[in-house]
Amino acid sequence: MMEIRTPKTGKAKRVLEKRAPKLVETGRKTLILHGTKTSATVSSVLMELYRLKKGGAIKYSRRNENIRPFESGGETSLEFFSQKTDCSIFVYGSHTKKRPDNLVLGRMYDHQVYDLIEVGIENFKSLLSFSYDKKFAPHEGTKPFICFTGEGFENVPELKHLKEVLTDLFRGEVVDNLNLTGLDRAYVCSAISPTKVFLTHCALKLKRSGTIVPRMELVEVGPSMDLVIRRNRLPNESLMKEAMRTSKDKPKKKEKNVDQDAVRGKIGKIYMPDQKLDEMHLHDKSKGRKRERKESKLLNEETDSKKNKKSSE
Amino acid sequence: METETDQIYHLDVGNLLGFNPNHRFPSAPSSREELVKECLEESRKLVQAIANALFNFTSTETNDGPIVQLPPPTTKLPREKHVPRPKPPTKWEEFALKKGIQKRKKDKVVWDEQTDQFKRRHGYDRVNDDNDVPIIEAKATDEPGEDPFAKRLDEKKKRVGKQQKNRLQNLKAAEKAGALPSHVQLAATSLPISGTKSQPKKIGKDELGDVAGLAATSTASGGKFDKKLPGEKAPKKQGKHHKYLPVVAGRGAVNPEKEQTNNVLSKIFSKHSHEILNVGKAINMYNVKKEKKKSGRSDKSGRSDKSGRSDKLKPKKDITKKPANKAK
Repeated sequence: MMEIRTPKTGKAKRVLEKRAPKLVETGRKTLILHGTKTSATVSSVLMELYRLKKGGAIKYSRRNENIRPFESGGETSLEFFSQKTDCSIFVYGSHTKKRPDNLVLGRMYDHQVYDLIEVGIENFKSLLSFSYDKKFAPHEGTKPFICFTGEGFENVPELKHLKEVLTDLFRGEVVDNLNLTGLDRAYVCSAISPTKVFLTHCALKLKRSGTIVPRMELVEVGPSMDLVIRRNRLPNESLMKEAMRTSKDKPKKKEKNVDQDAVRGKIGKIYMPDQKLDEMHLHDKSKGRKRERKESKLLNEETDSKKNKKSSE
Repeated sequence: METETDQIYHLDVGNLLGFNPNHRFPSAPSSREELVKECLEESRKLVQAIANALFNFTSTETNDGPIVQLPPPTTKLPREKHVPRPKPPTKWEEFALKKGIQKRKKDKVVWDEQTDQFKRRHGYDRVNDDNDVPIIEAKATDEPGEDPFAKRLDEKKKRVGKQQKNRLQNLKAAEKAGALPSHVQLAATSLPISGTKSQPKKIGKDELGDVAGLAATSTASGGKFDKKLPGEKAPKKQGKHHKYLPVVAGRGAVNPEKEQTNNVLSKIFSKHSHEILNVGKAINMYNVKKEKKKSGRSDKSGRSDKSGRSDKLKPKKDITKKPANKAK
């Protein structure tokens, strides 16, 4: 017995439609979580990250003991939260003796864990410790510039992965039209060593220059930290293929076996199936069914009738 | 002199992303401030490069400022959800395709012949409303006892039921293909018990609590040491329930405890005896009857005839005969 359930209010319907898979996707929503134990650094990193991503992030304040992203069973809670909040990228902060000031950045595909990367935080400086002219403070929800510097991002596979994840994290909404007055922030990521990335958030100062293009200047405003790569998990091949697939990639299916000829027009080939000679049915050899017999019978009848006629005459 | 290759940046203007793959940070760390300065300077160059591209696009002026059309992003990032799957055609759509039936746009307002005005197609005061028909003429094929209005209602119900069933089948097919519409959910409901029409009643909170209490008291210690589930409230009366009967009886009443024990004893004995006569009861009945007879004769002579007659007419009860009903 199946029952059809539809939303009873227009609002509920609109929410469900927003969460449906789309052909062209806008940015990901972020889920920010705490682990069993968090240090002051981790808590402030999570809080500031939430503030930076205010429009598209959800922060959970409770501790989550049963989330262990790198273990096979520890992802079920994450997947449930992802489904509940419709978030496809998460930031999980924790602090243990073995991994102090730990941050796990992960992405989801269809609410299943797609890939993970674990970084440690060092030299954290909070937003409150920076002093600058408040005029240039970036507004909430503006689209940021993202800058990656360093050959490490190309050569080291873990850093390459981190680059991709950070792009996804900081990107915000994918828009068609951009208002040029709303450019006021930039994220700076530099690979200072094969295992370390320096990340900071800056405000933009647009200064008058001679040309249409203003001169850009960066002023450090936001949190700055060093990320030390710890562990990572790349997605498995099949999942990656499926996730990277876009609608344009799907090639148009070529009609098989059909050829266009100028003279003959549209031609195709017919392939005959195998003739299994040993399993073929021969004609029915039973007495009554012989065709010759039938024919001869008919002929006899005719001759008989003719004979009768003759005799009658 | 810096060569061109040193300066090539990978720019993704659609994402406002810039990547400089050629910069080498000094492995010997200079002071932190120097490092930060260097990073900021390199990034500044990147941002400038992106801005150069951005500001050179054709911009349209609006109230908020110049708006620029961003090119689509070039970095390939994984999707967050699967590509929406195409919905399989419904039964009707397949049929229409086969027969070549085209969809026709229907007007919201239709001309009504009877009232010579335009009426809406659906809703209040609609054209050809099924309920508004005052007279249904009888046809030769109609049976005499049939109600044509009820018949119409029945037919409508059937049509609606069929439509619902078809809709469910179409949605099931769509779900199988993974293309269920976003606002629809198919949920399995519990099957009704065969033969009954009603659905199993949902147990309320109080009932569940009672059942839990019952289960607890069925234990030897009366549920006193049972581990409680989170959220479970303490039972109303903990421990064993002892009901002690009063030893001293009230005026005229039989001693209940004595009576109870006597009953138990008699049951035990009766189980072992083969007599099914409840002797005590039989004697009581006889005595009562006798008394009635006596009172009937002595008190009212006028009425005694009746009672007497009735007495005589009634078949006499033989107490030696075993009564039909079993001993209690």
